[in-house]
Amino acid sequence: MKRLFEIRTLRVTFYVLLFIALAFATFTTAFAQDTTPTDDEVNAIAKQLYCPVCENTPLDVCPTEACRQWRELIRQQLAEGKTEEEIKQYFVANYGARVLSEPPRTGFNWLVYILPPVFILAGAFFLFRSFREWTKPRAVEAGTGAETEAGASVSEDDYIARLEEELKKRK
Amino acid sequence: MTETTTSKRSVPLWIQIFIWGLLVGLLALVGFGLNRASNPMAEVGKPVPNFDLVYYEGYEHNGVAEMKLSDLRGKVVLVNIWASWCKPCEQEAPELEQAWQLYKDSGDVVFVGVDYVDTPEGAFGYLKKFSITFPNAPDLESNISSILNRQMGVPETYLIDREGVLKQIKIGPFASVEEIQAFIASAE
Repeated sequence: MKRLFEIRTLRVTFYVLLFIALAFATFTTAFAQDTTPTDDEVNAIAKQLYCPVCENTPLDVCPTEACRQWRELIRQQLAEGKTEEEIKQYFVANYGARVLSEPPRTGFNWLVYILPPVFILAGAFFLFRSFREWTKPRAVEAGTGAETEAGASVSEDDYIARLEEELKKRK
Repeated sequence: MTETTTSKRSVPLWIQIFIWGLLVGLLALVGFGLNRASNPMAEVGKPVPNFDLVYYEGYEHNGVAEMKLSDLRGKVVLVNIWASWCKPCEQEAPELEQAWQLYKDSGDVVFVGVDYVDTPEGAFGYLKKFSITFPNAPDLESNISSILNRQMGVPETYLIDREGVLKQIKIGPFASVEEIQAFIASAE
């Protein structure tokens, strides 16, 4: 009888502890949803933007008062539930496209994305072509010393023609 | 006697034409872009290119929320570029407001504050802190400051006469109300 009582007590204690643990987890989750966005969340967007005052400085590392205000603005907009894209659009509308770390892929901006690969490919092609030329020099036998390059080509063609003729005969 | 020579094959004509065409096209694009970026800009003694203003709520001009610079033709216009994060701007803010109080009733002179790369919260805080009452607008996409050819930073003040011609530029803060009055008088 006593043992049965102990088992019941133990079971009740277990359920009470389980309830407390679940309740705590639920409250913790609810509390997390209410917090303001963290610095990491703010900086994830800030590093995609540049300070419009001190140029070439990403917003996440810029120490000026203006940048501090803009980081707070990002935090405020994140807390309002705005998406990353909406926040970036807000910055473009207010301060211009120059605040974006990557130029928007429209109009002339496409040149920034297209031209470098085109030039790299063209450069690689010409390098390849030049190296091939350098490694395959054409040996020309100058019979009389006055034979021209064109002459060499003609004699070579004659030789190939004769060779092909001989091969045909042997078939 | 055997002589070895290296034959040189020239680049095909179509590739040469393509490369030269590409280079000329690229130069034309760069030239077009530079021309577009640098034009129009205001110069002292020349008419100021037109620009739009969308005033901050509570800081409109005669109750009008949006207007163009050309709507102010016939008046002397003082355009002051400022920002809430700019410490030197704070030095001249009280003087500007005092000077505005001297001119606002005449209707002959209009002060327009242009808030350069700022947050609305910071801007309204600044306007309230210095009890500014003259019309103020944000410099959306930095259009106004680029047209006025902002030179050094903020604050900068531009004086436009009744014909829309840029008369003077003041770089840095005004030291006194008298200095602002003398600045405006130069447009008369």
